[in-house]
Amino acid sequence: MSDSEDDIILKDLNDADLVAQMHDDLYDGMADEVKEGTQILLGRGWDANNVLAEALVEGMRIVGIDFRDGILFVPEVLQCAGAMKGGMELLRPILAESENAASTGKYVIGTVKGDIHDIGKNLVGMMLEGAGFEVIDLGINNPVENYLEAIDKHQPSILGMSALLTTTMPYMGVVIEELDKRGILKELPVMVGGAPLNQEFADAINAHTYGRDAAMSAELAKTIVGKNR
Amino acid sequence: MHSSTQKTLIIACGALAKEILAVKEAMALTDGVFDLKCLPAGYHNYPNKIVPGLEKIINENGDNYDRILIGYGDCGTGGGLDRMMEKYPKTERLPGAHCYAFYAGLPEFDAMMEEELGSFFLTDYLVRHFETLIVKGFGIDRYPNLKAIYFEHYKRLVYISQAPSDELIAEARKAADFLGLAFEHRPVGYGELASYIAQLAPKETADV
Repeated sequence: MSDSEDDIILKDLNDADLVAQMHDDLYDGMADEVKEGTQILLGRGWDANNVLAEALVEGMRIVGIDFRDGILFVPEVLQCAGAMKGGMELLRPILAESENAASTGKYVIGTVKGDIHDIGKNLVGMMLEGAGFEVIDLGINNPVENYLEAIDKHQPSILGMSALLTTTMPYMGVVIEELDKRGILKELPVMVGGAPLNQEFADAINAHTYGRDAAMSAELAKTIVGKNR
Repeated sequence: MHSSTQKTLIIACGALAKEILAVKEAMALTDGVFDLKCLPAGYHNYPNKIVPGLEKIINENGDNYDRILIGYGDCGTGGGLDRMMEKYPKTERLPGAHCYAFYAGLPEFDAMMEEELGSFFLTDYLVRHFETLIVKGFGIDRYPNLKAIYFEHYKRLVYISQAPSDELIAEARKAADFLGLAFEHRPVGYGELASYIAQLAPKETADV
C-alpha cells in the first residue's frame, strides 16, 4: 500500500508486518504491492516456498473464507486472484529451479464439454499450484477423450472437473462412468466443482470429492494425497 | 387440466414480469385468470437466492391457489429448483435451463449453442438492464479488467428479442461492441412462455 494515504513503505516493515500487509494488499487486490512485497521477502533471503505459503496462499485463504461467508463477491475475489498471480509469477521460476521444490502431486483439471467457463477452474488451479501441486490445465470444453489422454500421459494424483452450467454439469457423470468402466476410477480420485454443484450432486455421480470453493478445493486435494497439515 | 374455477398463481423472475403481462394482454386474458408475483430480477446473478425466495412465496400464498406456475427455468440452481418443487405438488415450471431456452424454444436454443458455444445471450429485459445486471452486476464498472476475464471465450452476443424496437436493437449492438463480441439479432418472440400462459386461457383466446 505504498501509494495509499497512509503511505506505508513496504521495505521499511519488518518481516511479520510486511507479511500482514501483504495479506491486506492481496485482500484489496493490489497487484503491484503484492508483487513488491514478494520481491522484498525474496531479497531478504526468504525461501520461495515460504513466501508462497505464508504471504500469498495464507492471504488467499483469508479471501476464501470471506467469499464463503458472503463478505466478498466474485469481482473482488478475482482482483485478489490477480494480485496473487503477480506474486506467483515472480516465485514460479524460482520454485521450478529450487532443489527442495517437492511436488505435492500432479493434478489434471479441466472444464467439461459444452462449457466455456473457466474462472472458477483457474482460481482452483492457482490455489492448487500454491499448495504445491503440479497443475495440468486442459482448458475449456473437454470431452471425455481429453481427460483420458491427459490421465494416460501425466498419471495424475487427482483429476478435477469444473462446470458452471446446469446443462453441462451432468457431463461430469459421463466422464466418471467412463473412468469406472476402464478401471481407472478406483485408482484416481475425482474432484468436482462449479457454481451450480453441491455435495448431493457429487455423491450422485460418484465423485470422490466436492470442492465448494477454490481455497477449500486445494485443502481437500492435499488431504487426498495425504499432505495436509 | 385448467378449469375456470381454478385459481392460479404465477411466481416469476422479475425479468419476465413485463413479458408475462404482454402475453396476457395479447391474449386478452382477464385479470382473474392468474395472479402474478415476482422475485427480484437481480437474482439472475445470485441463483442461490432463487429457491428460498420462491419457497417463501409458496409457503405464504400456496393455500390460496389450486395451481402454482413457476416462471423460471433451472436458472443456475443446479437442479435445486426442481428438488424444491417436488415438495409442492401444485407447482410446475417453465421448461429448460433458463429464459434463453424457453424464449428461443429448446431445439432452437440447442442449435444456436451447437452453432457457436461461445454465445452470450440477451433478452429484451437484459438489453434494457445491461448496465445494471451485466456491467455493474459483474463488477466491470469497478474493475474494467474483468471484462476480458469474463468474456475471454465468448465469440458473439445474440439478442433473442421478444418485442424488439430500433432502440433496443441499437442498445444490444452497443452491448456487443462494449464486450468486443460479434452481434446477431434473432427475433424469437415469447416462445414457450406464450404456450405456458396460453394453457390458462379460455379455449377461444388461446393464440398470441
